[in-house]
Amino acid sequence: MSHLPASQSATPMLRQIAERPTVRGALMRAPLPVKVFGALFVLGFLALNAGIAYVVIDGRLDGQWYDVRDLGVGVGALTDWMRDQGVPEVAVYLTSAIVGATGVLSLVGVWLIIGPWLERRAIAKFQVRMGPNRNGPFGLFQSLADAIKLMQKEVIIPRGADKILYFIPPVFIFVPALLGWAVVPWAPEMTYTDLDVGVLFTIAISSLGVLAVFLAGWASNNHYSLLGAMRTVAMMVSYEIPISLSLLSVAMLTSSMRLSEIVAWQSNYNVWMIVILPFAAFAFLFSSTAEINRTPNDIGEAESEIVAGFYTEYSGMKGGLFMAVELGNAILVGALMSTFFLGGYTMFGLETWIPGYLILLTKIMTVYLFFVWLRATLPRFRLDQLMGFAWKFLIPISMVQVFVVAIQASVLARVDAPGVFVLGSFAIINLSMTILLVRLWASRMSVSTIQQATKPILTQVVGGLRAAEQIRKPV
Amino acid sequence: MDSPAFLLAFLILSGITVTSALLVFVARNLMHALAFLVLSFLGMAGLFMTLSADFIAIAQILIYAGSISVLMVFAVMLTPLASRDNGNSLYVIPALMGGAGIAGLVSLVAIETDWAEHSGDALKAADFERTVPVIGDLLLGRYVLAFEVASVLLFIALLGAILLVQDRDGGDATGEAQ
Repeated sequence: MSHLPASQSATPMLRQIAERPTVRGALMRAPLPVKVFGALFVLGFLALNAGIAYVVIDGRLDGQWYDVRDLGVGVGALTDWMRDQGVPEVAVYLTSAIVGATGVLSLVGVWLIIGPWLERRAIAKFQVRMGPNRNGPFGLFQSLADAIKLMQKEVIIPRGADKILYFIPPVFIFVPALLGWAVVPWAPEMTYTDLDVGVLFTIAISSLGVLAVFLAGWASNNHYSLLGAMRTVAMMVSYEIPISLSLLSVAMLTSSMRLSEIVAWQSNYNVWMIVILPFAAFAFLFSSTAEINRTPNDIGEAESEIVAGFYTEYSGMKGGLFMAVELGNAILVGALMSTFFLGGYTMFGLETWIPGYLILLTKIMTVYLFFVWLRATLPRFRLDQLMGFAWKFLIPISMVQVFVVAIQASVLARVDAPGVFVLGSFAIINLSMTILLVRLWASRMSVSTIQQATKPILTQVVGGLRAAEQIRKPV
Repeated sequence: MDSPAFLLAFLILSGITVTSALLVFVARNLMHALAFLVLSFLGMAGLFMTLSADFIAIAQILIYAGSISVLMVFAVMLTPLASRDNGNSLYVIPALMGGAGIAGLVSLVAIETDWAEHSGDALKAADFERTVPVIGDLLLGRYVLAFEVASVLLFIALLGAILLVQDRDGGDATGEAQ
């Protein structure tokens, strides 16, 4: 890049960033055998795709045990075969349970290795830093090194801590993060347990984490821990209500609390729930960030105020479990958000071609990167602001939304018009109602909405960002 | 209930429930008692789950293990004398009498009920594939009056709580004294 003086970076740091190795540069510099092998690999991948397309069009995959689009079919075929062989029912049940649990656990386990790396790299990109890049390719082994470090660390138990209750919360807080995956549908047949009360199950499971957080704060016998725990408990209890109300709207409109039926409803009408219920989606997303203690709302472990909140006194892998559960909860919320509001494992017919679990995984990653974006961009809210936002803003508007959706659900059940018109009118009504209510509520609570975003004054005085860069540039 | 797995699950879950319920009374520390109470709630939810009453099991987790326990946590934290032991209770005799009364009532109902018409082939004939639609129909059909009365009662309790803790004419009695 040094032959182009016009695009030369202004500061040494920016220059260093511009000169760092890129993926494209690394590919160009690869030796010839690697290039040939790579080309062959790409060709083989394309041929594999063509083969899959042929098999899918031919319909040979439908319902067979090797149907890779739906791993549940394979497990079902395995259990049927075991029943034919005369294996007792207990063993069959245990086999399918262990296979499903292994899938869920391996997903969360792999994520706990990749997740911290992805989050740190992404935030580093936002903040024009490098992020972890020393340990293995692209710094991928950094999480492994961190995990080994955490496990080797000495576990220090405070002298005044409660000897029994101190050990329970790091394990107990992990239970909801794993149990929540039980009801998430990954493909038509690929759900661990397709509960009738799936929506209620997710709410109930998330309310279990409150107690673990409180016990952690109380058993540590530390003022900062107890402060963080009380903050977190107050916030989680408050934000459970908007979550319940927004999920109630979804359940009423789809007239089912079964997660697979909610996904099937969205697939049937070819619409995502976020289009019909925008405010419910926003309330769910924002409340979930409060519920799982992520950064715009992480007042429970606010580092700048109360050392590390409720897990101040936990060292080594015990503290690591609290950090890990935050990551695990983040993708669980991503999965629930995708299932309820973003169409789940369906993608307007694409799920015929691509396995549904890959589509769901892509949506989970999208929601997760949105969380990372929020974390890198927004400052932390104050405690009273967060509580006021829940009780004075989210809950009243969600209540109005629930009433409107109740009317809409009964209209949908009675009117015989095509779904496009009915649901389109619902979407327009809900969106306009949301805008109206938000503006009305903001003006009633005497918080004026900003009409024109103010620009940074100093930069404007010198003539904009370009001019500022020119001034800084050494001539 | 004919499979040995069901029997095993029943034994484990009822063992957890009964043991932790006993430990609630034995534990000297109020917080330990609270933790054991939550454990017994969870064991009870598991028992409901083995009876295929999934809605009641989830409601048990949601209401008792999730909400009532948090309410008790706040009650313990915000009341004076909460740091005292669990042992020196003033109401030992009335509590024992009340507990014996409830146990007697439950066992009376259990003995009087004709279990033959609620289990086995009779249950299979009723064909409860999914319990949630049945509960929903009953709540908004036959028992709609009780449902509405309960919701009005809860609403009045909510309003009453807000009125009780309201800061009257800007005084400094904001409830921080305790």
